[in-house]
Amino acid sequence: MNIAPYLLLATLEGLVQASVLMLTALGLSLVFGVMRVVNVAHGEFFMLGAVGAWICATLIPGPPAVAFVAALVLAPLFVGAIAWAADWAILKRIDYNPEATIVATIGLMYIIQQTTLWSFGPNAQAVDAPFYYTLRFPWFGYSTYKFFIIGAAVVLVGGLLYFLRHSKVGLVMRATQFDRETAQNFGISVGRVYSIVFAVGAMLAAIGGVLVVPAQQAHYLMGHDPLLLSFVVVIVGGLGSIPGTIAAAILIGMSDGLLSVFFSPTLAKIFSTLLVALVLVFKPEGLFGKAGR
Amino acid sequence: MSVMTVEGFNAYYGSAQALRDFSIELQAGEILCLLGRNGAGKTTALKAIMGTVRPESGRLVLNGVDLTGSRPEEIPRAGIGYVPQGRRLFSELTVWENLEIGLMTRGQGREGLDYALELFPVLKDRMKQRSGTLSGGEQTMLSMARAMCVNPTVMMLDEPTEGLMPSAIAGIRDAVTRLRDGGVAVLLVEQRVDAVLSVADRVAFMDHGEIKARFHIDEVRDNKELLHRYVGVGH
Repeated sequence: MNIAPYLLLATLEGLVQASVLMLTALGLSLVFGVMRVVNVAHGEFFMLGAVGAWICATLIPGPPAVAFVAALVLAPLFVGAIAWAADWAILKRIDYNPEATIVATIGLMYIIQQTTLWSFGPNAQAVDAPFYYTLRFPWFGYSTYKFFIIGAAVVLVGGLLYFLRHSKVGLVMRATQFDRETAQNFGISVGRVYSIVFAVGAMLAAIGGVLVVPAQQAHYLMGHDPLLLSFVVVIVGGLGSIPGTIAAAILIGMSDGLLSVFFSPTLAKIFSTLLVALVLVFKPEGLFGKAGR
Repeated sequence: MSVMTVEGFNAYYGSAQALRDFSIELQAGEILCLLGRNGAGKTTALKAIMGTVRPESGRLVLNGVDLTGSRPEEIPRAGIGYVPQGRRLFSELTVWENLEIGLMTRGQGREGLDYALELFPVLKDRMKQRSGTLSGGEQTMLSMARAMCVNPTVMMLDEPTEGLMPSAIAGIRDAVTRLRDGGVAVLLVEQRVDAVLSVADRVAFMDHGEIKARFHIDEVRDNKELLHRYVGVGH
């Protein structure tokens, strides 16, 4: 049996999975790294991005590409605004207490989920890809839209890293991450930084949702898997470590793609769960995290 | 002229009172030193001024502006530079990025940075180095330089000579003196009495969160009995 076509297909599917996961997990990692908040509602921001793409596709006439571009801009802005409001209305009130924020974001998760069910309905909704072109390999054809997902994720993650490293806002975010009290001693409004970070984290998840919805479907429960996998990535990569999150997303995404194609999706989930268990036992700070932070 | 007035600060950690009726007044171009044993409340007093420990009562006036009840980020913007205990550098950031944070506090230009680099020229060659990899003395210099980038009218230093070699201590002492001579009001917290006697203009002794006594430095310098009574040295 020639395994080359299977290997190529698995690699491509793994890269697509890794790309979306990288965006979603980076949002979760950023929020935890800077705010020390474990955001259980993060998957719902992903879902809202996908639903937002469906709403744009339904309301905006013309070619699918127009609605898609509009969704790429509007859905993250809408989700960012919801996250900003949630930060103001909930997280600030409980002073970002680590235990209380877990309970609060569980509540937020159900509020978003049930509101979406009530307004969007229980059915999965398909969204057209912005373009249809199939790249022909000797063994199979592959959607070029999926290559677009990979490219878009690479550009966005590169942009995020550049923003964090080279902008004043990025510097302020990193300073707050390292030492909140000292940041305040130098005039940094930690509350404002937290609001920005929570919104940016949610927007990253929403972009992941917009990108993935032409390849999957929008559904009010679709946030569960990305949330679980994002937690896996963030724990394996090291809590709050951006390079660790990127590396772990590629590792988990690729292994998920390969194992799903060659064996079964269930085995892929078992592998990622086992990896988390091993990391927690042997390197609890994560593969790229720093001990004792 | 008084640049900073603190009146009647009372602060608590849970039910334990950490500051009792803490009051000081600082003039431009003077060094006031807070002396006291471990746990006397010196660091808490500085944190209360910076707003990161919230005093339950009291008043803070800086450059004629009442800052009582201000948010913690508003206090440095009003003109206080702070060198915290243990330096508290952003250790993963570079030397330049730490200085940039100081420059951003008030956004008043590079005057403070230029002066800091004149005092600590060694930092010029370390700009791209991660600050956590500097030596202890260099870290203290950077912590001071970062606070000077604020262009402060009041500079507060919490045990800046802690853990330093004698040569590095002399450099820090010289920098503090030059700040004072440049018209900055300096509030210095120290446990090392020798480090204080050579630079301070006035001394306040703290115990149990309270200022027990205040002296001009000339009254303290050769009074071993006084030093023994308040900080346990001198005999």
